[in-house]
Parts: sequence; structure tokens; C-alpha cells
Amino acid sequence: MRGLVAGAILLVAVVLAVFFSVRYGAVHLSTHDVLQSLLGEGGATESFIVLEHLLPRALLGVLVGGGLALAGAVFQALLRNPLAEPYILGISGGAAAGAVLALALGLTSAVSWLLPGAAFAGALLAIALVFGVAISADRRLDVRVLLLSGVVVGAFFSACIALILALAEAEMVRSAVLWMMGSLAGATWRSVGVVAAYTLPACLLLLALARALNLMSIGEETASYLGTEVETVKRLAYGVASMVAAAGVAFAGVIGFVGLVIPHGVRLVMGSDHRILLPLSFLAGGAFLTLADLLARVLLSPAEIPIGVVTAFVGVPFFLVLLRRSLRA
Amino acid sequence: MTFETRSLSVRYRPDAARALDEVSMHVPDGTLYAVLGPNGSGKSTLMRALLGTVKPEAGEARVGDRPVGQWKRRELARAVGAVSQRESTAFPISVRGLVEMGRYPHLGPLRSMTGEDRAAVDAALERCLIRDLADRPVGTLSGGEFQRTRIARALAQTPSALVLDEPTASLDIRHEMGILGLLRRSADEGVTVVLVTHHLNLAARFADRLLLLGEGRVAAEGTVAEVFRAPVLEKVYGWPLSVTRDPVSGSPMVTPLDDHSSRSRR
Repeated sequence: MRGLVAGAILLVAVVLAVFFSVRYGAVHLSTHDVLQSLLGEGGATESFIVLEHLLPRALLGVLVGGGLALAGAVFQALLRNPLAEPYILGISGGAAAGAVLALALGLTSAVSWLLPGAAFAGALLAIALVFGVAISADRRLDVRVLLLSGVVVGAFFSACIALILALAEAEMVRSAVLWMMGSLAGATWRSVGVVAAYTLPACLLLLALARALNLMSIGEETASYLGTEVETVKRLAYGVASMVAAAGVAFAGVIGFVGLVIPHGVRLVMGSDHRILLPLSFLAGGAFLTLADLLARVLLSPAEIPIGVVTAFVGVPFFLVLLRRSLRA
Repeated sequence: MTFETRSLSVRYRPDAARALDEVSMHVPDGTLYAVLGPNGSGKSTLMRALLGTVKPEAGEARVGDRPVGQWKRRELARAVGAVSQRESTAFPISVRGLVEMGRYPHLGPLRSMTGEDRAAVDAALERCLIRDLADRPVGTLSGGEFQRTRIARALAQTPSALVLDEPTASLDIRHEMGILGLLRRSADEGVTVVLVTHHLNLAARFADRLLLLGEGRVAAEGTVAEVFRAPVLEKVYGWPLSVTRDPVSGSPMVTPLDDHSSRSRR
């Protein structure tokens, strides 16, 4: 019951976040312009800005923020580690290496989807490498090895990035660094479609694993005695959550913080039952990132602050207050 | 529910010695069956093999009418409740929350608990004397309270067999006797209980049959009188001891001798 109420509140928060993001995302639009455009009756220029720029950007924020928070919650349960986040297994390193390589080779101006494509390919390479190392001789997936190999593979890709950047021109270094700091500026309906195609089915699948994840967080042996097909659950959860993170990072760069702290925030308020934690993390992450993106655009307008800076500046104090409160309770 | 192993051998790594070596045993329906042996004698490995979480190198482990590998995990969890030696929770959870997990094998991935599920949880909390603790976070429990919570979770599975690995290891006398009494009653009600334990004397007092393991092999198997023979126990434990009769309960009792006195006796 509490879960349903919180879910309804967060759903409203997501809708409001999308609306605010569209309404205040471009300074010169009025509420009237925005509503007319959304209803398909606005002027050509306004409609183009709202429908082709602001709306996809807000929706991409919901999907990426939600996906990162969801993936973070799943990794924390799977690795039984509160420090886990979506990028911990080398996904961000792989994606960034792919993106930086594409930028360095000058491929990205030729074809618009090449940058996210390269980032996604890099992330997949990292996922495959880490999985390959962590699968033992008797076909078991060892989550401790998963964690270690993920961190090491991430470090390797960071070294690759450093090498490419050291040899690159200054202008390219700047665009690479900006990409790595994360941004929703490149949002199009196509990117929204691709991320949705990964994220939404993944949400349903992970939700079906929620009870199994509850059991996994008390240990694999006990989970198995309580009826969980542990190896299947580990592979599914790792694979699906990784793909969600990979899709997000491919289209929005490396946006930190959301995947680590949103699940913990929800956990502190609502407890650790993944049937509640997973959907609420998705909604909270979606609303949070969309609003953070809005702030990134308007705070120092016309300059745009990197979205990761905003997620940390807003999220850290909020999280610390929650943490403090939970300690006193 | 019965358990059986036939020449069961387990090896954890190809270059290591066998953790279990041709172990054959049979746990009859509705008995309290205690598995004894020194540290590293293969007790926990036997438990894992019976529950299908380690694969045999040779031989087989059977639960009921078929090899344990042919059970789906969920199906097995509805029939057998298990308490492993150690467990830790990664995130905060209440006592009731942990015990409710015992109902998971009876629920689908999304279906909520019914009145019947809640009744099973309440009955388990009651039987383990932790009803008053139901809303406490598991992290604040004493070792004994945590252990009783885990046993309650296994009871909440409403299983026809229980397998427990040293469930009373950290309990004081009162709670230890409480748990053993509870296991005894469960066996009398027809639930098969396999109990791995270090407490020889309590095993002698409460169990119907005993299995004594030494270095992964069966050193003795049978009734208490058949297994509690000083030469056998001394050899397995590598320590001098005497077997007498407990003056109060009347069951066989092992007293470890101190090394010096035994040497002077010889």
C-alpha cells in the first residue's frame, strides 16, 4: 500500500518534471506556446522546438535516469555491495573508450548515430570481457570476480582513453571530455526510441526478478535453498541491467551519481523489497535526471552546466540528510 | 521425505582431496538424523550435496524418489527447508521480512502473500519464540535471535524435511534446548530432520540415528548405541575420550579426557 502511494506520487513527479523541462527548457516560450505545440496547434517554430527538441530531451532524461537508477539497484543486490552502481563493471569505461575513439577518428560528423553506436559497442565489449573472466570452469558466475574484473577492465579502458586524448588535438579533447561528463543535448526521437526499446522491456524483466533479487541480497546459498535458480538469475540480472546502462551511456554519456544514490535514497525511505524498490527507483531516477537537466540548462543560461555536476550538487546534500535521518531513527 | 546418498563423492577442485569419499547413507522418513564429525570432515559438504548446491564427482544424492539434480529449486524449497552455517544480509531487513522469504517458493514472482502465507509466517515466529522481535531490524539481533529467525524462515516454508548446519552453534543453553526440542517435536510430527552438529551429547539425546564422518568417509552409522563407541570416536576425533551414561537423561555421554591423564593411563 505504501509502495502504491509512493509510486503514484513519483509518477506525478515524472509527469511534472517532463512538463517543467519542456516549459522552462527554452527561455522564450510561454506556457501557452508549449501547450499549443503539444496539442499540435502551435506555430511552426515553437512546435519544432517543443516537439523535436525539448520533449525528446525530457523523455530521454526520464529513460536514462530511470534506467541508471534501476540498473544501480539491481547491481547492488546482485553484487551484495552498497557501493555498486551501473558503471562499476567497466561499462562506462568501455562506452567512453568507444566514443573517444570515434571522435578521434573523426567519424562522428559523417554519421549521426556513429557516436552512440561506438559507445554502445564499447560498452558491450566491456560487458563481454568482464563476463568472460567471471565465468568459472564449472560455468558458475562468481560475483566477487565479476566486481574485480569489472573494476580492472574499467581501468584498462581509462588508460586507452588517456592514450587517445594525449595524442589528440585540443578541440577533440574538449568534445571528448564534454561527452564523458554526460549530456542529454543530443536527444532525438530516434535516441528516445532506441533507449526505450532497451529500457522498458528490461524494467518488466527485472521486476519479474524482484523476489529473486530479495533472496540474492541475503546470499547465494540461502537464495538457492529458498527456491532461486541462482545462476539463471545472476546471468539475467547482470545481462539485462548492463544493457540498460549501456543504452543510457551510449546516448547520454557518463552521468554519475544517479545510479548510486537514487536506489539508496528509495531504500532508506521505503525499505529493501525489490518489488517496491525497482519501480520506485526507476520513477525517482527519471524525475531526478529530467529536473537536473533542466537546472543544468537554466542556472547559468545561456551556458550549460554538465549534468553530472548538477546531479551531484543537488543529490549529495539531499542524500546526506536522508542518511543522517535514518541513523537517528 | 527421505534422503539417501549412494557412494557419493565430492571434490571441490580437481587437484584437491575428496571432501566426501564414497559416502552412503539413508535418512528414513520422519527421523531426526544427526551428522557428526570433526571440523573439515565433510559435514557441510554432505549437507550441500543433499541440497544440490554442490555437484557430486561420483555417486548420487537422492531426495525422496529421485536424484536432487532432477528437482527444480522452487519445488525443492517447498519440500525442504534449509539453514546454512552462515548468512549475512546486505541491506537492512526486519525479522518478519526475513521470515516471509520462507514463503517465496510458494508464491509466483509477483503474487502477494495470502492469509495462508501469513498464518505460516506467524506460526513459525511463534514456534521460534521471536514473535516479539518481528519488527526489529535483523542487524540489531543477538547471534541466538538471528539463528532462531533463520530457523523460523525454514519452518515458514512448511517443508516436509529440514536440513540444518550447526543451527545451535551460537545459542545459550535455554535457546539451544528450545531449538533441539522443536526439532524433536517436528520429527515426531513426521518432518524429517537432518542436523549437522558438533554437540555429541545433545545429538545422542535427541537424534534417532547418527552418521559419523571422518575425513570425508563414513566412520560409523546407525543408532546412538552403535555409533557411540569410544574407540571409534577417539579415532575420528583424534582425542582420548570416554563414553558413559548421562545420569539425568540416561543417554550415552561423551567426556573428552585431558591429554595428560590419558597418557598416564596408557
